[in-house]
Amino acid sequence: MFSLWADVPLATRSCDLNVMIEIEGLTKRFGPITAVAGIDLTVSKGEVLGFLGPNGAGKSTTMKMVTGFLAPTSGRVRVLGHDVTTETIAAQQAIGYLPEGAPAYGDMTPRQFLLFIAAVRGFRGHQAKARVAAAVGNTELDPVLDQPIETLSKGFKRRVGLAQAILHDPPVLIMDEPTDGLDPNQKHSVRTLIRAMSPEKAIIVSTHLLEEVAAICSRAVVIDRGRVVADGTPADLLRRSRHHNAVTLVLPSSRAETARTKLKSMNKVASVEQIARQNDLIELTAFPNPGAMLIEDVSAIAVAEKWDVRELYAEAGRLDDVFRALTTHDATRARENRA
Amino acid sequence: MSMIWPIFKREFTAYFATPLAYVFIVIFLFAMGAFTFFIGHFYENGIADLSVFFGYHPWLYLFLVPAISMRLWAEERHSGTMELLLTLPVPLWATVLGKYLAAWTFIGIALALTFPIWLTVNFLGSPDNGVILAGYIGSFLMAGGYLAIGAAISSATDNQVIAFVVSVVVCFLFTISGAPLVLDFFRAWAPLPVITAISSFSFLTHFIAISSGVIDVRDIIFFFSLTVLFLSVNVVLIDLRKAS
Repeated sequence: MFSLWADVPLATRSCDLNVMIEIEGLTKRFGPITAVAGIDLTVSKGEVLGFLGPNGAGKSTTMKMVTGFLAPTSGRVRVLGHDVTTETIAAQQAIGYLPEGAPAYGDMTPRQFLLFIAAVRGFRGHQAKARVAAAVGNTELDPVLDQPIETLSKGFKRRVGLAQAILHDPPVLIMDEPTDGLDPNQKHSVRTLIRAMSPEKAIIVSTHLLEEVAAICSRAVVIDRGRVVADGTPADLLRRSRHHNAVTLVLPSSRAETARTKLKSMNKVASVEQIARQNDLIELTAFPNPGAMLIEDVSAIAVAEKWDVRELYAEAGRLDDVFRALTTHDATRARENRA
Repeated sequence: MSMIWPIFKREFTAYFATPLAYVFIVIFLFAMGAFTFFIGHFYENGIADLSVFFGYHPWLYLFLVPAISMRLWAEERHSGTMELLLTLPVPLWATVLGKYLAAWTFIGIALALTFPIWLTVNFLGSPDNGVILAGYIGSFLMAGGYLAIGAAISSATDNQVIAFVVSVVVCFLFTISGAPLVLDFFRAWAPLPVITAISSFSFLTHFIAISSGVIDVRDIIFFFSLTVLFLSVNVVLIDLRKAS
């Protein structure tokens, strides 16, 4: 009896109320080039999915298909159970979308633009004004509300796009590089906003800023050449990094050779790398064998042998290691496409 | 239907948010006046009607309407707002219709602003105002036809210059398809029904029929169905680009 569900294909299981976006076998070909090659994903309420990948990996194309701007070559997307190809309007009503580059009508002011979006979304009169006011408050657009959008700075333009996307408080939010071009303060406030909205929504955010994934995403999906090459929590991804649990210590160069030999002789250590620093200091990084924890042993030895350590830290891992290991260089991809 | 209104309103206000509307209206009125008075010898003719005035409309629309229609979709594509517009929960036909109606209304306003010539002719003589009204109706319908052609072409490109040039050429073919120049080309080899069909696509023939004061349902249906046809082409072209 209990195994019944396991035989039912994913598509018919959408009665799970928390699943908001279902992507099955999504494929897009532009002539001879396959931009998206069979992506399967489900995103549930409360998830912030970070979509990672090099430029041209298919992130934007996927988002364009999820929002109904492009029609898939094959496969399908359902948003709150509505097929984007056949029930486009119902799906689009549930989606807030910030397209790549945050396009907006430059001759309009943010106020006019947001009122236009509110009207298209079916809000009238007071309701429309209240929606616009809420979106403006959340994105801190007040100071520029009546200036033409084309005269605004990149940061404000991006936030106009964001305000437009969240105006109708959509259950599904899809944002293509929401913090691109923002300064650190603006990035922080946009991330705070995304985190605050996340419990009630399913959110997909594309980015190539790896620190953003660590900051806001509950799940990271890496795509390369149109395929999903990794899918897990940011911590899962970090575990794949060669820097995961690596220990770095900085010490005077006179002790470096002794320390290096000692570290290499430990069974938990796989390899040691050395970088020269300024002021006659040396940085040593010990990489652990898979699954080993080094920090306690290393610090005990450093104290016992009086290495005169200036810095000592363990790393959770580096996302750019993982990113580079999983994805391909754009020139390689272009060559393959041509071949 | 309620979805068309916000699209219409945004598009229509956009004309007046930039100098485009004012430049267009000034040039439109100036060209209308120049052709009617200097080239058409409106005064010297000494006839109290506006046939000279309306006679130049197809030729002026040939260039002025594509100037309006070229930006209709090409600009949205070029600036990226196309993606925003097409991911809003509005049926594609409503977006196409809303934008078209805004542009048509704008041209209608420019046309209505030629009213001083109507005042002039009434001051100088006693023209048949029914015929003049028919002329305005015919002119407005014809502008709508040109506009639909231009809108469809604009949706196929993100380059406004290409949209303009191609629209002028296609509109020109529709304008003169009843002229001997075109018909002789076909007469050599095409069967008679084809030639009749081609000549029946002539904007000139239908417009002259209406502006002579005879509002024949067939002429109205011609412009109306041609507009519907090209707006459908517009929808299909956008849909095709989605799937490409």
